[in-house]
Amino acid sequence: MREHLPALQIVVPLLAAPVCVLLRGARPAWVLALSVTWAAALMSWDLLARVLAAGAPISYHVGGWAPPYGIELRVDAVNAFVLVIVTAISAVVMTAAPRSLEQEMPRERHYLFYAAYLLCMTGLLGMTITGDAFNVFVFLEISSLSSYALISMGRTRRALTSAYQYLVLGTLGGTFILLGIGLLYMATGSLNMANLYEILHERGEANRTVEAALAFIVLGTSIKLAVFPLHIWLPNAYTFAPAVVTAFLAATATKVAYYVLVRFVFGVFGVGFAFGQMHLDAVLMPLALIAMFVASTVAIFQRDVKRMLAYSSVAQIGYMVLGLSFASVTGLTGGIVHLFNHALMKSGLFLALAAVVLRAGSTHLDDLRGIGRRMPLTMGAFVLGGLSLIGVPLTAGFVSKWYLVLAALEGGLWPVAVMILLSSLLAVVYVWRVVEVAYFQDPPEGATKLERAPLGLLLPTWVLVGATVYFGVFTDQTAAVAARAARLLMGVAP
Amino acid sequence: MSAGHYQYWIVIVLMMTGIYVVIAKGNMVKKVIGLNVFQVSVIMFYVSMGKVEGGTAPIVAEGYEVYSNPVPHVLMLTAIVVGVATTALALSFVVRIKEAYGTIEEDEIRAVERAADEEAEAEEAAQAGAEAAG
Repeated sequence: MREHLPALQIVVPLLAAPVCVLLRGARPAWVLALSVTWAAALMSWDLLARVLAAGAPISYHVGGWAPPYGIELRVDAVNAFVLVIVTAISAVVMTAAPRSLEQEMPRERHYLFYAAYLLCMTGLLGMTITGDAFNVFVFLEISSLSSYALISMGRTRRALTSAYQYLVLGTLGGTFILLGIGLLYMATGSLNMANLYEILHERGEANRTVEAALAFIVLGTSIKLAVFPLHIWLPNAYTFAPAVVTAFLAATATKVAYYVLVRFVFGVFGVGFAFGQMHLDAVLMPLALIAMFVASTVAIFQRDVKRMLAYSSVAQIGYMVLGLSFASVTGLTGGIVHLFNHALMKSGLFLALAAVVLRAGSTHLDDLRGIGRRMPLTMGAFVLGGLSLIGVPLTAGFVSKWYLVLAALEGGLWPVAVMILLSSLLAVVYVWRVVEVAYFQDPPEGATKLERAPLGLLLPTWVLVGATVYFGVFTDQTAAVAARAARLLMGVAP
Repeated sequence: MSAGHYQYWIVIVLMMTGIYVVIAKGNMVKKVIGLNVFQVSVIMFYVSMGKVEGGTAPIVAEGYEVYSNPVPHVLMLTAIVVGVATTALALSFVVRIKEAYGTIEEDEIRAVERAADEEAEAEEAAQAGAEAAG
């Protein structure tokens, strides 16, 4: 049984999704989805533990066909780490889901939400675990199609137009990736990622076809990852989606897209080709820096807190891409640690907002005056998450920024290090705006203390926010795994 | 350029047409059509890649030595399914957008949203004014 875990990781949520539809009832569907997400979390935890203990990747041959002809599921330190993040956050958000959904959609349609959620998780896990380039495309489309459906479930009609806009851009991105994979297949005759890497390296000199493949794959994943300026789908999608969907997608979808970008750039094309020959850093680093400043500045001027956090996500993606563009072990460690930390804090923040939506009915700043006193526990979590977003010491955000600054100095790029610190100040401004409204302005007249957010929602929020503090204090665990993953990707012996 | 690679020109023309339609057209159904044309160009790219000159379908039979590569063709079966699913989902969004807004033209939807935003702002201002007066 244990040797089939890599396949079960994908198959269990995939099969549970149609069962959710058959169950119909909101309660049974939730219980099933909840147990499946937690089971997936346990499975990925076991995979990570085994990979770290063995020090070698686990290779699973689907249907018993040996790679490179058969499809391989390949778990190494990099994607086992990402699997743990995706499944853990899916499970925690799923725990919080029913209380928040109650208000956002009719109960008799909840089972559809759970089915789409499980399918989206299947796609994300599949993209992460597979060692086959074409599989990445298939799972990408599974997760994308279900995430469009999830976003369209939002309360207002603008959720529909946002989902449509995301669908158009997401399909363009997915098709670009498909084209890139086709070009790779054309140049090498292989679809297995490890095999592709070997073939491309034996050949040494890369031809035009491989160059075009890199360009299309980077472009396609950048759309899914929402790298500035390809982020225009993100703010609307995050703002108008149901609150739990935002918490789920913000923490998982873009993170997996980042993993796919890293996997292709480092694990298929190789550092030498992508950075030495194609100078990917010359494209990605400026875009990352612009994202950090422009998106943070735009976030400052938002009146809707959900939208503000969406723009902040674009900025934070900038940090992750910046880590990648250093093309060094430290930089990549920073990128991967930030992937982990940002997933924790953004899902915590968006879940806190889900509680605010549930009780106060809005996330608009005008409606949040004095909310800090009306919902102390929820807003307390929000403030902690916000501190982590800024990168205050003893929170997780500090750790990732520390590594990024180190990597910048290591590369002799001190202006970049200064810019990382300056852009953090912008985060101070937008987090402060919420704090100012929530704690220092009087609640509107006649406002009473709101009923405390339900425990089912409050507890997961605090678990996530607590985790950002935990991983900010005990930094060695995440950093050690991330550093190991980074060394593996850079081809340096661990 | 070389006539031997004419299929790439077809692919490029289809791809550019598709992207152009997606970008330039405000009608949401037309955008979906553009997406389809774009996807078809990639499907044609894969299918033409697998073709071996003089090769037949890859079914072992006497008298045939040269076979086309079936892998890209099989991959495209999956991609076609993905394309159909995307189109179905996109069109279902378009139907619901038509129900919610009464139009599927992007600029008209934007105008409706702007009007709604302005109304909300005016209401807010009126409320603030009332509060100040009260």
